[in-house]
This record gives sequence, structure tokens and C-alpha cells, in this order.
Amino acid sequence: MSEVQTHATEWNRHDFPTAARELLQNSQTRKNVQHATNVIQAKRNKVVAELPDWEDLRESGAQVRAHALRHLDYYLTQFEENCTRAGGRVHWASDAAEANRVILGLIKQHGAREVIKIKTMTSEEVGLNAHLEANGVRPIETDLAELIIQLGKDRPSHFVAPALHVNRQQVRAMFQREMNLPDLGDRPEDLATAARTYLREKFLRVKVAVSGGNFLIADTGGICITESEGNGRMCLTLPDVLIAIVGIEKVIPSFRDLEIFLQTLPRSATGERMNPYNSTWTGVHPGDGPKEFHVVLLDNGRSPILADKEARQTLQCIRCAACLNVCPVYHQTGGHAYESVYAGPIGAILTPQLHSMEEGRSLPYASSLCGACYQVCPVKINIPEVLIHLRGKIVREDQATLAGQFSLWNIGMQAAAFLFHDSDRLAMAERLGQIGQKPLVSKNGFIEWLPLMLSGWTQTRDLKAMPPQSFRDWWAKEKAPNAEKRRREERVANA
Amino acid sequence: MLVSLFITCYNDALFPQTGKAVVSVLERLGHQVEFRPEQTCCGQMHWNTGYLREAIPIIRHFVSVYRDAETVVIPSSSCVSMMRDHYVKAAEMDGDTRLVAEIQELLPRIYEFSEFLVRKLGVEDVGAAYPHKVTYHASCHSMRSLHLGDIPIRLLKQVRGLDLQPIQNMQECCGFGGTFSIKNPDVSSAMLADKVRNVLNTGAEVCTAVDNSCLMHLYGSLHRQRTFVRTAHLAEILASGYAESGTEGVGA
Repeated sequence: MSEVQTHATEWNRHDFPTAARELLQNSQTRKNVQHATNVIQAKRNKVVAELPDWEDLRESGAQVRAHALRHLDYYLTQFEENCTRAGGRVHWASDAAEANRVILGLIKQHGAREVIKIKTMTSEEVGLNAHLEANGVRPIETDLAELIIQLGKDRPSHFVAPALHVNRQQVRAMFQREMNLPDLGDRPEDLATAARTYLREKFLRVKVAVSGGNFLIADTGGICITESEGNGRMCLTLPDVLIAIVGIEKVIPSFRDLEIFLQTLPRSATGERMNPYNSTWTGVHPGDGPKEFHVVLLDNGRSPILADKEARQTLQCIRCAACLNVCPVYHQTGGHAYESVYAGPIGAILTPQLHSMEEGRSLPYASSLCGACYQVCPVKINIPEVLIHLRGKIVREDQATLAGQFSLWNIGMQAAAFLFHDSDRLAMAERLGQIGQKPLVSKNGFIEWLPLMLSGWTQTRDLKAMPPQSFRDWWAKEKAPNAEKRRREERVANA
Repeated sequence: MLVSLFITCYNDALFPQTGKAVVSVLERLGHQVEFRPEQTCCGQMHWNTGYLREAIPIIRHFVSVYRDAETVVIPSSSCVSMMRDHYVKAAEMDGDTRLVAEIQELLPRIYEFSEFLVRKLGVEDVGAAYPHKVTYHASCHSMRSLHLGDIPIRLLKQVRGLDLQPIQNMQECCGFGGTFSIKNPDVSSAMLADKVRNVLNTGAEVCTAVDNSCLMHLYGSLHRQRTFVRTAHLAEILASGYAESGTEGVGA
């Protein structure tokens, strides 16, 4: 087994339709994704149905999160004060580079060559592992799924279950290879035992841990982490130094607010009534837990989102991934098509915004706007509404360029808008369409091929030809004269 | 009641038989139907594709046509959801407070077709007969925006001779999504394949819905594969079985 793990390379930079087209060829991954999301969905629906006040919990969660974001400066400062008072140290990082620099500096201060990690998507967002490796520090993932991703030199495809796209047999093959266990079986307990043996030694040996955080608690200065495997609890209690990297939006005003989120988060995320491990810790305590506790508060593109009135609800997200599990687009492609740590519907709105709309510009279009994501969201983020808002931004930005103005899309949309301003124009266009479609209509009365951007439609679908008479023409011919006659009769009767 | 029919742009051009069916059902129930020829489109395609500024004159046009209508009935849940979910926001974005007020005044008088029958008129049995095996596709907007629940099912259950077959994963999108099917044709096709498989598994001859947009998408694949399944808007099923009186589609 190689001593230093090489982290996955940078994300490719395809647009969503291109990345998706490639991934749709992988039937094994698609099968894994559909199976896993169906299982989680079914569990989620069952435990959500148990709560008669589910809708009230959603509403409360949304309000608490929106309130915290509206007063983010206040609550973050309060968090810093209380965390510091309890013996923690707070670092502010405006971007990924600063976060990486701070964390590497802290690790180097303690002369550590290795760190153990709890699953943290925020660290994935900033590319922490690659930065540590490049500077001679070996990050060791201790969450089973993240370990699978790390050993497989893969990328997370789901931010709650990062290895959701991999099945048991694939995990076994990887463990056999990477852990040098040629006889390993593929029962869940075989794989768990292998991971446990591999990890236990590291928990006991490594002195610095890196975590994320589900919630920053402003009124206590504490952090809350929920997890299923207990690896987090190990990382929070055994090492001497604990470094948590957390997005600034994760703050909640009060410890009491956990009452809401510790009900909605596990039910939404894993279909459990409660997470097996819920840890909250505050500062340092002699003889108990880490001797040093650092929190790196990461902005990395979040502040501008907060400034956008329409889109700021994006930051209410508590990363349950219920929107991924229910999304019919995600079901087909899996997470890698989004080419971001944050996949699925929330990723489609979060990723481009984190990059000031300069990357991930195809993501707001990676949705049929079916609304399933909004329906399940435990903090009521109206994802379809934000998707449309971001599409609006993209269209405006594109229209500001010459290429955008003369794109087929823009020309087509402007032409359609011109027709829809006036019913005479529309009626005329309908008549022209009835005649103009003729070269495209097959003998069976269907259009089986369309040119240019419409060609995607006819790849897999026929289109029935326009009938020779529109409804408005039928009405004018068949109904309007009757109506006129009736009006005349009424006038006579009233006279 | 005087019912003003907003046919919608794509029904006007592609599915005139749905409009005729709506007229037939409403007249059967004793209502007068009017069609305002100035109507065009609800603006959904522009709005949902991000052409927000371009949608506003279309919205304004719709409001100007129907401002004084007693009741507007629309055989498309997605167009109704465009109005309920986005019109006020669009007018606010444009800073037009008068338009906002007009929209708020008009919205309560706008109904999706099946919603109008059951919620407004309190009718479930419209006297239709349709001796076929049918499955119902619940469109996303009908479920998650208009919250129609089992309204269309209740209407179908009263149709004589109709054998209603439940479909698996009813709540999952068919993959149309308007311009989504053009911008993401491969993912859309994959979603469609799953939906079509579920339709075929029901054994139904006919797949119905309250949105011809989904049905156009579904039928696109059902026909490409040369399956025996056809699609029909709910209104067309509810207008069936009147043939004996010989007045189908003609003014009452």
C-alpha cells in the first residue's frame, strides 16, 4: 500500500449536458445511484410521516436559518466571543487559499505529518487534502465513505454519502487492493471490520484532527456535528489538536435551535430519527478532549450570495441532501455530472454562486423545475425559484455580449416574445407553421427529425405534426358565429 | 356561469381537440364559454428559461385580456402555476405596482380545468363514458404547485367503463421541463425512459394527464417506440361518451 494517498485531481470543466451524457453511459454507476437514493428516500418518507408537526418544523427551521443569515454579522461575532471565552480560537478565512494556509500553519506548528479527518465537504470545497499533500502532510479520511473515495482516488458524488455511486463489490475490490487484504469478503461486516482495523490504529496515533461542522452555536460558542459511524467522536476526543473548518452560513442563534434541526436533519439526510452520534463541544477542558481547539470560519464566496435578496435562501441549507435523493435528474446522472462538491439541486444553485457565476453556468439549467427538491427541503429553500433567478442572471449576462445576442437561443426567444405580444402575429405564425412544417413531416404524420438545437428532442422522441386548424381558427369558424347569434337573440329578448 | 377559456399557446397550435373538449364539458354542465381571441401565451417558457424581462410584456398582455373576466379556465396546470407562483413576482420585479394589484385581483378567478370542475363547481361526475384501460400521469405542477391531489383521479373514477390503472413512481417528473428537454436532451430522455417504462407496466392503452406538455413528451417516446399506448388530455376523456346526443363540441 502506498504511504501517501494522492487525492483526486481537480474537477473537469465540462458543462452539465456534456458531463451528464458521458455519465449516462455508465450503467453500473446509474444502477448504484438509483438503488441508493431509492433506499434513502423510502426511509426518509417513513420517518418524516411519523411527525405530525413536520411542516411546522420545516417552517421553524426556515425561519431560524433565515433570521441567522439576516443577522449573520451579529451571530458570527457572538460565536467568536463565546468560543474564545471557552478557550477556542477563531480564524477568519475569506477564501479557500486563506483557509488552507491557516490550517496548514496550525498543523505545522505542532510538527504533525499526518491528520485524521471527519467527513467535511467544506474541506473538499477548498481542496484541503491536495494542499496538505503538496506540503508534506498526509490527510487520513476516517468516514467510511470518504475513506473509500480517498483510497479509490475518486471524488465525492453526494455530500452526505460521498461514495453513494460505488457498490459493495467495488468497495471490496478496492480494499483488497489498497489495504492488501486479498481474502476480504463482501459482507457489510467484512468491509466494516477492514475499515475499523485500518482506522483504529490511526485514531490512537495521530495527534491532529480536522473536522467540519453542522452548526455553529452562537450563544454557547460551540460546534455541533452529527454522524453515523462514531469516527467523528473519535476525532473529537482523542487528538491533542482539533481544527474545524466551517462555512460562515452554518451559524444558528441558540443551542435551543438544535431542537428543530436535530429532528429534521437526520430524518432528511439518512432517514433516521436521530443520528447515532450527535456531538457538541465548546472550547477546551483540562484532561478532557483536545488541548487546542481552532475554528476556521470560511467565506469563500458566501458573502455575495447573502447580498442577493432573491438567492440568499441558498445559504439556509443544512446539507441534508434530501434534494439530491429526490431529484429525478440526480437519479439519472449521479453527482459527478455537477463537477462540484455540491451536487444535485442545491449544488445547481450553490456552485455557480460560490464562483460568482463564472463557473457552473450550465448548472441552473440542470433541472426540469419539477419542484420535488423544494417539497422535501427541511428549511424550505425554494430551489426552483432560485434556479429561475440564476437563469435570469445568466441570460442577462449573455445578452450583454455580441455572441450572446446573436445566439440561436436569444434570437428564438426574442422572436417568440414578439409573437406572444399580439394574437394576430401568433395566429399568422401558427398558419405559417402548418405550412412550413411540411418538409419535416414523415408519411406517418410525425416529425422525426428537427434541426439545430431542437435535434436533441428528436433523438428519442417523435413530434406529432401541427394539425391543420388551430383552436382559435376553429372557434372563429364554428363557435363565434353561434355566440354572435346568441347575443343578437339576447338583445331582441331584452328589447 | 360565463367561463373564459384560456387555451394556452401550445394547446392552441398543437392540441385544439383539448380545447374543444373543455368547451364541450363546460357547456354540458350548463355554462357559457367564451374565447377571447386576443389571448396568446402565459409567458412561462420565457420566464422559466431565464428570459425574465421578455416575459413581462406577455404577462401584461394576459392580464389586459382577462382583467374583467368572470372566471378563467385553463387546461394546463403548468400555465396556472406560472401565474400563481410567478406573476406577482414578475410584476414586482418590473416595479409595476398597478400590475401587481391587477394580478392579485385576477388570480382568485383563475382555475385549472379539473380544479374548476371539482373545487369550484363541486362536480365529479360529468356523465362521461370511456371504455378503456387508462393510467394517470400526475404532472409536477399539478401536484406540487396547484396541489390538485386526487382531483383528477376522482373525476376519472366517475367515468363509465374506464378502467383506471395505478402507475409506479407517480410523483416523479417525466423529464420534459420545457426547454430543459432541449438544453439537456440526454438526461431528459433518460427520465422519459423511466416514465415510459412505468406507463407500459400498467398495461393501459391510454395515458392521461392535465397537461398536454407532459403528454406530448410521453407520446413522443411512446410513438417512437411504436407502442400501442396513446395519450389523451383529461378533458378529452371527460368529453367522451356524449356521441349519442350528436352534439359533441358544438355549442349548447
